[in-house]
Amino acid sequence: MKITVNLEKCTGCRACVKACPFDAISMVEKKAVIDLDKCTYCGSCVEACRFEAIAIEREPAAVSTENLESYRGVWVFAEQRSGHLARVAFELLGEGRRLAGDLGQPLCAAYIGPENGSVESLLKRGADRVYAVTDDSLLHFQDEPYAAILTYLVRTYRPAILLAGATYIGRSFIPRVAARLRTGLTADCTGLAIDPETKLLAQTRPTFGGNLMATIFCEKNRPQMATVRPRTFDEAPVGAGGGEAVRVPFSEIAAGNRVTLDRIIPGSEEIDLTDAEIIVSGGRGLGKPEGFALIKGLADALGGVVGASRAAVDAGWISYAHQVGQTGKTVKPKLYFACGISGAIQHLAGMGTSDVIVALNKDPEAPIFKVANYGLVGDLYEIIPALVKRLKQGGA
Amino acid sequence: MEKIIVFIKQVPDTMEVRIDPETNRIIREGVPSIINPYDRYAMEAALRLKESFGSRAVVACMGPPQAEAALREAMSLGFDQAILLSSRDFAGSDTLATSYTLAALVRKLAPVDVVVCGREAMDGSTGQVGPEMAEHLGWPFLGFVSKVEELKEGRLRVNRMMEDHYEEIEGPLPLVMTVVKEIAEPRLPSLRGLLQAKKAQIQVWGREELEMEPARTGSAGSPTWVKRVWTPEHHTQGMKLTGEPEELVDRLYKELKGQNLL
Ligand SMILES: Cc1cc2nc3c(=O)[nH]c(=O)nc-3n(C[C@H](O)[C@H](O)[C@H](O)COP(=O)(O)OP(=O)(O)OC[C@H]3O[C@@H](n4cnc5c(N)ncnc54)[C@H](O)[C@@H]3O)c2cc1C
Ligand SMILES: Nc1ncnc2c1ncn2[C@@H]1O[C@H](COP(=O)(O)O)[C@@H](O)[C@H]1O
Repeated sequence: MKITVNLEKCTGCRACVKACPFDAISMVEKKAVIDLDKCTYCGSCVEACRFEAIAIEREPAAVSTENLESYRGVWVFAEQRSGHLARVAFELLGEGRRLAGDLGQPLCAAYIGPENGSVESLLKRGADRVYAVTDDSLLHFQDEPYAAILTYLVRTYRPAILLAGATYIGRSFIPRVAARLRTGLTADCTGLAIDPETKLLAQTRPTFGGNLMATIFCEKNRPQMATVRPRTFDEAPVGAGGGEAVRVPFSEIAAGNRVTLDRIIPGSEEIDLTDAEIIVSGGRGLGKPEGFALIKGLADALGGVVGASRAAVDAGWISYAHQVGQTGKTVKPKLYFACGISGAIQHLAGMGTSDVIVALNKDPEAPIFKVANYGLVGDLYEIIPALVKRLKQGGA
Repeated sequence: MEKIIVFIKQVPDTMEVRIDPETNRIIREGVPSIINPYDRYAMEAALRLKESFGSRAVVACMGPPQAEAALREAMSLGFDQAILLSSRDFAGSDTLATSYTLAALVRKLAPVDVVVCGREAMDGSTGQVGPEMAEHLGWPFLGFVSKVEELKEGRLRVNRMMEDHYEEIEGPLPLVMTVVKEIAEPRLPSLRGLLQAKKAQIQVWGREELEMEPARTGSAGSPTWVKRVWTPEHHTQGMKLTGEPEELVDRLYKELKGQNLL
């Protein structure tokens, strides 16, 4: 990749210096100079320059796949755990339907797992076609057979786009599939769209700890692959179904496996943050572990579950299973209470798309108020008991 | 287990990155570069394997020349060798080209038994480099390892973390694994280690030292490209309520009730 400044066109206006998110441009004798060790070729300067003085040249991707037009359709990997389809599969079908519509191409699902009602459920959620490889031995996730099967299906049926959940399973084997197909993979997308001009998949994701957003394209390779965190998109509705199932015998696919699953160790506690409709989260502002009793009290009064910021988890007040955010769970409840949470970008990354956000914080300048629909300024040790009381009282 | 390689990445300390409220740009001035925090757990896992099996432990990084500092810091912890992959040829690598380049180093250092990576890098947070490297090498992959149980008859048994449970899995060497925080508390350098690190020799290699197809490295070998980068805006649309607690909760109650949320 090459970035060049045309010194004749450069007027020294500094627009590029201001636009560069990486602080890579400086002015030397009124001309822009780019520090290549800092430059990430993001193109912000090219866009900012009114004089077309900066140009980025990309070598054509040499790994390009031939005959790109022969790849058609939007596929989602329909993840199942212990025989149950994960909700993220339906969310991907919801988003996939929109993309397929914009492309004018079919929406398909790839299912790997035991034979149960999953194929029918996927058809009811609007898949035009479900490619299914079923076998009892595929009940539990295993990297190598799953990668072999998905690669086989892609090579045989050639989708233009392949989406998967950014779950433990997806993050473990989807990269392996992308590397085998020698194509690009964009992790944790929060926005997907079909570029109207090029018909390419515009993949938008947070980067740099959530401080920046980036839109990424995979121009010359197929499929265009992306993972999406659970609870980023809305589920596809249940409909009549009318699509077809394409069954591919497992025996047709050469799928070795060197890693064995010896034992499943249950987690210490079951809490389902990702599917909860109401979440009450506590942060460092609780000040002490006992604060979570108060949080639990409010959650119970609302019929919700308890979440936490990383600061509260790191302090040892509550287990990691409750953590919401970039390194915890992504949630999208109808109602999210943030109590004593400042609203760091990494926390917002996990709950920013909740339908209604209520923030309780004694600092009126706390960043959480920027995303809150209702911001209550005050001491949570006074507000929460009063709220619990008001909830119990009921009425209009 | 003869040889272990751990890959670490140097990243900007994103905790120090702030948005300038006036220009809405991120402020990077004075933001220090650090070893990717997750890679500290990877280093600890590698050092423990080295101590258990008397192996040779190599630490490696791909990055600009200044990433040497990350490797020097790593050397204070007790690694036997440090290699920096640094060359303009590697600039603009996405995860596919990065994992291909790192895999070429693993081949060059053969025989290698275990490659350890962090769960994800804090700047990009993709977590793709580890499993993609396993594919380039054709090796088994053990992801999200939270505990190393034992090595028996050439097979490594570990616990892997999943959403709501753990799994005990095992695979034959050589293999690639990524580790999570639970694996072990990272150690601090000893005084002797710090002194040795100052003098440690850090090898710098480019494409010439490795056997690889030039078309698969750097931006040419990267199918993805970043078209646009911008600063996200968090907009205020909500109402901020102040007053006595009873008053506050009563207004909130009515609002939520009105929206059928209670
Ligand atoms: C790579 C990386 C990943 C991360 N991932 C996550 C993640 O997944 N999830 C996450 O949450 N964080 C994450 N973080 C950490 C994040 O940056 C913040 O440090 C963290 O979210 C802060 O938690 P907090 O809001 O509880 O604490 P603080 O920032 O300390 O905020 C406490 C708040 O409580 C308020 N307060 C204090 N006392 C009271 C009171 N009596 N009544 C009312 N309000 C009170 C204060 O005004 C303050 O706003 C990550 C960081 C990094 C670097
Ligand atoms: N440039 C690099 N140099 C060395 N190791 C890397 C590099 N990029 C990624 N890694 C390793 O791969 C892991 C996952 O990174 P990523 O896929 O970028 O999130 C990191 O924790 C490192 O162990």
